[in-house]
Amino acid sequence: MFKSAVDVIELTEKYSCRICDIVLMKESKISEKSKDEIRNKVKYTLEVMKQSAESGIDVPIKSVSGIIGGNAKKIEDYRKKGSTVCGDIINKAIARALSCSEVNAAMGKIVACPTAGSCGIVPAAIITSGEIINADEETLIDALLTASGVGQIIAKNATLSGAEGGCQAECGSASAMAAAAIVEMFGGTPKMAFNAAAIALKNILGLVCDPVAGLVEVPCSKRNAMGVVNAMSSADMALAEIESVIPFDEVVSAMYKVGKMLPSELRETALGGLAATPTAIKIAKEINKV
Amino acid sequence: MKNVGVFDILGPVMIGPSSSHTAGAVRLGRAARCIMGEDFKKVNFYLHGSFAKTYKGHGTDRALVAGILGMDTDDERIRKSFDIAKERDIEINFIESDLGEVHPNTVKIEFINSNITSYIIGSSIGGGSIAVVNIDGEKVYFTGEYPTLLVKYKDKKGMISKISFAIALGDINIATLKVDRESKGEIATAVIETDNKVNYNIIDEISKLEGVFSVKFIDAI
Repeated sequence: MFKSAVDVIELTEKYSCRICDIVLMKESKISEKSKDEIRNKVKYTLEVMKQSAESGIDVPIKSVSGIIGGNAKKIEDYRKKGSTVCGDIINKAIARALSCSEVNAAMGKIVACPTAGSCGIVPAAIITSGEIINADEETLIDALLTASGVGQIIAKNATLSGAEGGCQAECGSASAMAAAAIVEMFGGTPKMAFNAAAIALKNILGLVCDPVAGLVEVPCSKRNAMGVVNAMSSADMALAEIESVIPFDEVVSAMYKVGKMLPSELRETALGGLAATPTAIKIAKEINKV
Repeated sequence: MKNVGVFDILGPVMIGPSSSHTAGAVRLGRAARCIMGEDFKKVNFYLHGSFAKTYKGHGTDRALVAGILGMDTDDERIRKSFDIAKERDIEINFIESDLGEVHPNTVKIEFINSNITSYIIGSSIGGGSIAVVNIDGEKVYFTGEYPTLLVKYKDKKGMISKISFAIALGDINIATLKVDRESKGEIATAVIETDNKVNYNIIDEISKLEGVFSVKFIDAI
């Protein structure tokens, strides 16, 4: 039913509806399930997201390897002291993104969205932005449908896997999905939503996947924090009617091509980038000794 | 490319940290249990490639054990699967190995009970998807996304037609069908993926066909 942003925008104009409506319509048709059934399943993923976005804030969590943990609580404690550079909203979003990725690294329950490595961006973005407008549950479900629609277009035309496209394919895609979801939640048009997605993805273009010791911890966790901030600022730009000069579909295609150009050392193999630094090599040796 | 749905992007709901090294590993364990049954006292895991290099930090070992114990990818007991295996008196071994020309995330899972040893080889091919590529030395390929029938039979004319007729009579649609054989006239294996669960009656009908040696049903994993 749709393969590109151009298709989706056309459909939203034809039916005078939002991106989330088109995504739901398509899913209902393909899966032969009712819209309510689908919304209920999205609601379940929202619940898991909310839990994983909060549990690392309340209690410090340590990852299985012991490399990361406790940062979500640190940023929250710092925010509560009242004097921060980015303010309450951004710091709350950072805390939630860190919480999700810490829960993930500690073998807790998360929603891969689109991947486990980038699981903090979409939850942190929609929960935190939702709070600003007192969004109800249905609005958050709509936002997740929109995010999924954007992810579907990337999956169809490029890749969501770090092994194939680098971190830009994971955290970049999550940022784009989150940015579009926020815009639609704030009443922006489908065109604005795809502008936000394009801007977010452009900002992370070329980002390599270089996990220390091959684990989804360093630098993944902090890149989730970066990803949500990127999504929120891209959403604000789009809502301010700033356009992306390069349309979303072309950005996706560029991302895919950049991914193909990345040497395999920078695509999840832990052979290049940060993973090849002396500190990373030392950490990897220590973990494998255990 | 297959159609991408809402929950391919929004999901799976899973225990972290990695869809390929954790969720995929759980599903490989489940696949082994589905194929080889629940009667085992000792399991050896031969880890290859990236599985061998990073299994500790990714919890791939705990995930594989959770899978053979029948847990799903979102089961919060995955973290404690070693303890649960111990309680059930199951011996577990991990062996870093070279399994040859296979996907980087591949494992050979060997089930041992008092007198029989059997194994599967499977790969975690990304995003939590898996492929079973070998059962007891025999090459196969299926992903566990669909209910799957494995039929071994004597390679001769008309066998596929009889088997597929039995499946059609049971009102089941075949999604994919792949046939391989040792050599002409020897043992052939059909891997049949279906849209719905295949019930016992159909399996029984196929087993009774002349020339069929064995039928195994593996539900969607």
